[in-house]
Amino acid sequence: MAQTDERQEQAVSRRKFLKNSGLVLGGLVIGGVAGSLLKTQGPPVPQAAPAAPDFNQALMYFTPEQFRVVDAATERIFPEDENGPGARALGAAYFIDHQLSGDWGFNARDYMQGPFFPGEATQGYQGRLKRREIFDIGIQEMNNYSTSKFGKRFYELEADQQDAVLKAFETNEVKLTTISASGFFQMLRASTLEGIYADPLYGGNKNMDGWRLKRYPGNQMAYTQVIEQDQFVKMDPKSLRDHQHG
Amino acid sequence: MARRLPKVDVVIVGVGWGGGIIASELTKQGLTVVGLERGKERKTEDYYMVHDELRYALRYELMQDLSKETITFRSNTRIRALPMRQYGSFLIGTGLGGAGVHWNGQTFRFLPYDFEIRSKTIERYGEDKIPEGMTIQDWGITYEEMEPYYDRFEKMAGISGEENPLGGKRSSPYPTPPMKQTPAIKLFAEAAKKLKLNPYMMPSANLSQAYTNEDGVSRAACQYCGYCERFGCEYGAKADPVVTVIPVAKKTGKFEIRTHSYVRRILHTGNRATGVLYTDTTTGEEIEQPADIVVLTSYVFNNVRLLLLSNLGRPYDPATGKGVIGKNYAYQVIRGGATGFFEDREFNLYAGAGALGITLDDYNGDNFDHSDLKFLHGASISLSQTGLRPIANNPVPSGTPNWGKEFKAASLKYFYRTLGVGAQGASMPFRHHFLDLDPTYRDVFGDPLIRITFDFEEQDRQLAAFTADKCGQILKEMGATHVDVRRELGPYDITPYQSTHNTGGVIMGASPDTSAVNNYLQMWDVENLFVVGATAFPHNSGYNPTDTVGALAYRAAEGIAKYAKGNGGLLV
Ligand SMILES: Cc1cc2nc3c(=O)[nH]c(=O)nc-3n(C[C@H](O)[C@H](O)[C@H](O)COP(=O)(O)OP(=O)(O)OC[C@H]3O[C@@H](n4cnc5c(N)ncnc54)[C@H](O)[C@@H]3O)c2cc1C
Ligand code: SF4
Repeated sequence: MAQTDERQEQAVSRRKFLKNSGLVLGGLVIGGVAGSLLKTQGPPVPQAAPAAPDFNQALMYFTPEQFRVVDAATERIFPEDENGPGARALGAAYFIDHQLSGDWGFNARDYMQGPFFPGEATQGYQGRLKRREIFDIGIQEMNNYSTSKFGKRFYELEADQQDAVLKAFETNEVKLTTISASGFFQMLRASTLEGIYADPLYGGNKNMDGWRLKRYPGNQMAYTQVIEQDQFVKMDPKSLRDHQHG
Repeated sequence: MARRLPKVDVVIVGVGWGGGIIASELTKQGLTVVGLERGKERKTEDYYMVHDELRYALRYELMQDLSKETITFRSNTRIRALPMRQYGSFLIGTGLGGAGVHWNGQTFRFLPYDFEIRSKTIERYGEDKIPEGMTIQDWGITYEEMEPYYDRFEKMAGISGEENPLGGKRSSPYPTPPMKQTPAIKLFAEAAKKLKLNPYMMPSANLSQAYTNEDGVSRAACQYCGYCERFGCEYGAKADPVVTVIPVAKKTGKFEIRTHSYVRRILHTGNRATGVLYTDTTTGEEIEQPADIVVLTSYVFNNVRLLLLSNLGRPYDPATGKGVIGKNYAYQVIRGGATGFFEDREFNLYAGAGALGITLDDYNGDNFDHSDLKFLHGASISLSQTGLRPIANNPVPSGTPNWGKEFKAASLKYFYRTLGVGAQGASMPFRHHFLDLDPTYRDVFGDPLIRITFDFEEQDRQLAAFTADKCGQILKEMGATHVDVRRELGPYDITPYQSTHNTGGVIMGASPDTSAVNNYLQMWDVENLFVVGATAFPHNSGYNPTDTVGALAYRAAEGIAKYAKGNGGLLV
């Protein structure tokens, strides 16, 4: 019951949204997401047995534009190649999005009380910005730098141009005032690796394929039989979900 | 006005290893004990979802919430101390069992040399060998006197090990045999023997076999699951206070644990403690718990902090070298190590245990001649196989980029082809290394944070370079095809993890002039106040601290029981 109600409500509010925005009645051409809502009309194309949708792959924090930048950047940090999938196929950008929407994004367990003073590098992060704010600024600056250097937004660039942009951030060649370019890059790199190798429950490491790349067995309970062996012992990984329902 | 509760014999502040041992020993003797713990309750069943690297190892699920309380740090008195806003250098425990829940279990005894470091240095090299400003001192207790307490801690925890050929004399062997040897450990053993060194299996609190201790506590054997450090053990195989001493104390019916109880002051009239004041963090209520004896077991930072906040003892003044509370803060020199890459060999490195490893002490303590060296003490050198986890471990040979296609290929290739040999270096105290209250930054209650003033010294840099070379030699002998040696120590940096082996601040000794507590960890200035933990170490050795913390806790418990039954006064 409750579910049907919710769906109806959503349908109503979407109709209302379209009406209020004047898209339907005015017939103006508007770009971006709102425009694409209109294009998805029309009869559904019959398909072979559809795969179960991944409800986890939806945005909790990023705007779609931000997501495109991060998705493209993670793929350069850990690209698809002959070894197997890259960050994009593994869902690393979804992982980062989900992390930013929670405790980590809000620095909930960090000491964020003032006063704030710049410190020595050995004293660690002393800024007042939260991780989600650092990402907001960093992503914007990636697009700004890409546009001024190559005339396009980051995710529209060629792979080697994207690498040049990332390199410029990594080495502080781009000069930013509010955040450290290299600090942002390090955060992006570290969270990309987390998105590739964290348990799939967090939205990355899709299908445990990140672990397969590394031949990491995931959440096994015991290695008593393996510990003394000379040969490398390969096993199919298990996730925390296997453990909960197993 | 705080609500006042009925008086008890003993109140303990913090229920980790220190608090758990004191509680089990004193309740067995019939004393009523209340344990106040700021964090939450914990049990083994809580860890069924524990194999989660992100949540536990990288987001610090089991550690103190820094948004409420942290430390501040500066490398010297000329610069402003700033808060450690995020974790890095060390991780602070909280909740029932404290850091004992998420430790590795590497359980070393300190060397006989450690307890008499000043006398032995002067005896062998003359007083001039001690550099200007280095405040080493004897501990007021000898290894021989410590031995029975080490023995008790090891038997309680069921430590698995074999005798250290260069260690102090043991009264009995380890209660359980050493852990299983992996191919990497065997490789280290062979290489070390070829180099005429003396390797031995690392003493481990991860049980090599099922074990029942003298208190009747039975525990299962370690499964080598590889999720020890920063995690709880879902098998109860790793000795921690929750599966060893706490249940023993509870069974007596004399131990009451109050979690979510944050102690903020030690109450006293004149030079006698009368109890403690704490806040129930679930309600905000302030409560007074009177007691005949107060025992601080709240880890290094809060032991020192509570004394200073409560105006107890004489605060240390680095300008004059006078005073004792906050004196001789020390840490550890971890960075001098080496990494070896093995082109044609793979190891099952995903498997392991927190204290699975092999060690040698040929370059530790005064086991080698320091006449021509510019440092005192040394380091234990180990290879440990703690279980490689995939986010934190992406080893690539030096010169490889750290992102992109090349990085991906190398990090996949070397994940199981890389072995580290590490040195755990001793940290000597200096006059200008100390703890005090921060003048600016506060915790959620509005109380000042503890402030660390510490940096690495020339002594540490020399030590790191020396041990790094030794680690590199061992790896070459092991057949590594490429070895990266880390000789540069750099300044002390609060951001990368090094070790949670913080020591000093309420140090022990033979005289009240130079120490805060006697060798029963009884405060010279406040006879019914005992301060238990690594705060008592006058310097830090080339080992992990907990065997010594545990042994000193058994020693303190003996003293407290004696004190409770006697007519008061100082025990020594
Ligand atoms: C990741 C990690 C790995 C480690 N590995 C090893 C190892 O292999 N070998 C080794 O020897 N050591 C190791 N250690 C160190 C070891 O954990 C500590 O030496 C040991 O646990 C210290 O015991 P303790 O009882 O003194 O303090 P803790 O275990 O820290 O207990 C103190 C307790 O006091 C409580 N407390 C603090 N302040 C207050 C307050 N104001 N009011 C109420 N309660 C309070 C805390 O919540 C905590 O529960 C490791 C530590 C860490 C973090
Ligand atoms: S490695 Fe052994 S002691 Fe450590 S958590 Fe796993 S089973 Fe427990």
